[in-house]
Amino acid sequence: MNALTIQGLTKSFGRPAVRGLDLSLRAGEFYALLGPNGAGKTTSLRMTAGLMQPDSGSISIFGINALANPVEAKRITAWVSDEPMIYDKLTPVEYLAFVAGLWQIAPAAGQRNTEALIDLLGLAPHAHERCEGFSKGMRQKVALAGALVHDPKLIILDEPLTGLDAGSSRQVKNVLLERVAAGCTVLMTTHILEVAERMAQRIGIIAEGRLIAEGTLDELRAQAGPGHDGQTSLEDVFIQMVADSAAAA
Amino acid sequence: MSAPGTLLWFIRHEVRLAWRDALMMLQGGRRRRAWWAALAVAIFVTIMHAIAYRVLAPSMDLLLQPDKAFLVAVTGSMGLVWLLLLSQGMETATRGFYARADLDLILSSPASSRRLFAVRIGAIAATTAAMALLLAGSVIDVMAYLGGPRFLMAYGVLAAMGITAAATAVVATALLFRIVGAKRTRLLAQIVAAVVGAGFVVGIQAVAILSNGSMSRLVVFQSPAWIAAAPDLDSAAWWPLRAAMGDVRLLAFLLAGAVTLLGLTMVFAAGAFARNALLVASLPQGKTAVDRKTTSFRPRSQAATLRRKEWTLLRRDPWLVSQSLMQVLYLLPPALMLWHIYGSDGSKVVTLVPVLVMAAGQLAGGLAWLAISGEDAPDLVATAPVKPRAILRAKIEAVLLAVALPLAPLVLGLACVSLFVAGMTILGAALAAAGASVVQLIFKTQGKRSNFRRRQTASRIATFAEAFVSISIAAGAGLAAAGLWLAVVPIAAAAGILLASHAIARPGR
Repeated sequence: MNALTIQGLTKSFGRPAVRGLDLSLRAGEFYALLGPNGAGKTTSLRMTAGLMQPDSGSISIFGINALANPVEAKRITAWVSDEPMIYDKLTPVEYLAFVAGLWQIAPAAGQRNTEALIDLLGLAPHAHERCEGFSKGMRQKVALAGALVHDPKLIILDEPLTGLDAGSSRQVKNVLLERVAAGCTVLMTTHILEVAERMAQRIGIIAEGRLIAEGTLDELRAQAGPGHDGQTSLEDVFIQMVADSAAAA
Repeated sequence: MSAPGTLLWFIRHEVRLAWRDALMMLQGGRRRRAWWAALAVAIFVTIMHAIAYRVLAPSMDLLLQPDKAFLVAVTGSMGLVWLLLLSQGMETATRGFYARADLDLILSSPASSRRLFAVRIGAIAATTAAMALLLAGSVIDVMAYLGGPRFLMAYGVLAAMGITAAATAVVATALLFRIVGAKRTRLLAQIVAAVVGAGFVVGIQAVAILSNGSMSRLVVFQSPAWIAAAPDLDSAAWWPLRAAMGDVRLLAFLLAGAVTLLGLTMVFAAGAFARNALLVASLPQGKTAVDRKTTSFRPRSQAATLRRKEWTLLRRDPWLVSQSLMQVLYLLPPALMLWHIYGSDGSKVVTLVPVLVMAAGQLAGGLAWLAISGEDAPDLVATAPVKPRAILRAKIEAVLLAVALPLAPLVLGLACVSLFVAGMTILGAALAAAGASVVQLIFKTQGKRSNFRRRQTASRIATFAEAFVSISIAAGAGLAAAGLWLAVVPIAAAAGILLASHAIARPGR
């Protein structure tokens, strides 16, 4: 069973933002969605996470129709945005307790997961401090811990590494890779192509609201045409494909 | 064209920003609303003039030949207006210190920050004077219409009041900085501003209730004891009123004094303003408060989890608590009135019902904004496996219970006098709180909790709808408590306002 199946997804804000997007993620896969600014990445992800209604199309998460049965789909999904939205007046532990309450996690499991995530993300020294004084990196780690506290099967992340220092970035990446190793599926957008190159098993490139290429890095090199051998970086492949797509349009 | 960095250049910069800010406030950020904004302002001005005419026309003889009692009443009222202006000035001055906006740019530039802050102090004076004109402009126009153009000089007095209030506010805020430091000034200045603005008004009302059993503040100024203790007719205490009634020399003196005070404040306080802004910038972002005890992983429903979160966030934000409690402060006079009439005249108790219901509506409006629009993690809540309707229900429950808390002792007091009146108060307060919450739902726009004070500027229609719904339900509850079937009329009007709000908000959503 696919972790995520998106078919014919469209959304328009006066002008089309997403035009008939088709996307499939296998269970346990790390999938990076790349695209230039305004390509429709965030809109696609927000529709998948249930934060926005599509104009048309379908979204299925582990076989659950996310548009017809959003509550059930949300139960197994997590969302992390580039701008960590947490409560300044709560501590990380209180924030995670709140999330566990919203997802109706059994108290013992909630507490166990919270303690594990706090340790894993290096938040232990600040676990009982209110988040209002936290740096962007700390806030993003709290937001990520919140996304993981209910053991989601699908994690959707929109530019989660933006503005993080090297240490925080490493911690976030490690946590995501551990989750994938444990069978979790990750769908992530990023502008840091090296991250996609190193972490993702498959990469999708979106431009003008459409998926223009998809595959492993080698498959993308092949799709980019002659001259792109095993030494060509993802950055070169990406720029070439986006430029070709713009020229074709 | 003024040279960059000069005083004139800064004035042009500030005027442009102020003009655009004012336009945004009126239009709610949409150009096509300009017509509606102009129409709303015109209606507001017309209503204010009509009210002023209705109040002033019967007492115009007194205005033309004032006696001591009249001087005491009007000068006392002018004093109350000045305190409100002082309160507003302190609010604006505090925002000037703490709002970062362009301060990082200005303070890091080689331009003289002293000049900029001198201009900003002038802007505070201009804003406060404009507020004074807004408050009393209609009264002056009607006085000039009924008593002759000489009364137009009251505009000058009003400007002098605004300028002196602003200068005093800047000095008071700068002193607070010096006494309690940058860290605590914001909260303290806002509390002082609120106490100055509302506390004195409420205090005068309390005196009126205790001495005369009346909710009217003017009763105090009209009491024989006050009139007898007031200075003679030729005293300087009456100069502002005499200037407002056409004494050109006194007006010139007052204006010159006000402008001199402002000038001195600009010269001496501008430097302190710059230093204080730097102190604020040096403060750590947020504080590292530690909360170990409250964390608990207990089995709770999703609704209970949401309600608990709302209450925790409110309880931990002293600034929001102080802002919300300001509305509760207005419950003090009805509480005193209740205490005063307890056991004496049971029929008077009905007059409290609309006041309590109105206060409940206003308090609920603010709290509902916090819970509904001021959600700091909207994505988290929206991606939780909870139906949106259930989220809203939990948040409204949190609001209603928070409103019930300060209201409960007063309703209990009412119940001791009349169970029926207490019942009507509960019903009215619940309806007003629900109505205010519905308005917030209809005009929901995502905002930050820190923008709580500016929520009214986000939607003028929402502000008016919230106020009119509260007023209508308060009137309905008052009439119902008096046993009048006429109560259905204002209640129906409140329902009509909600429906109209829904219809207005719908196309843009």
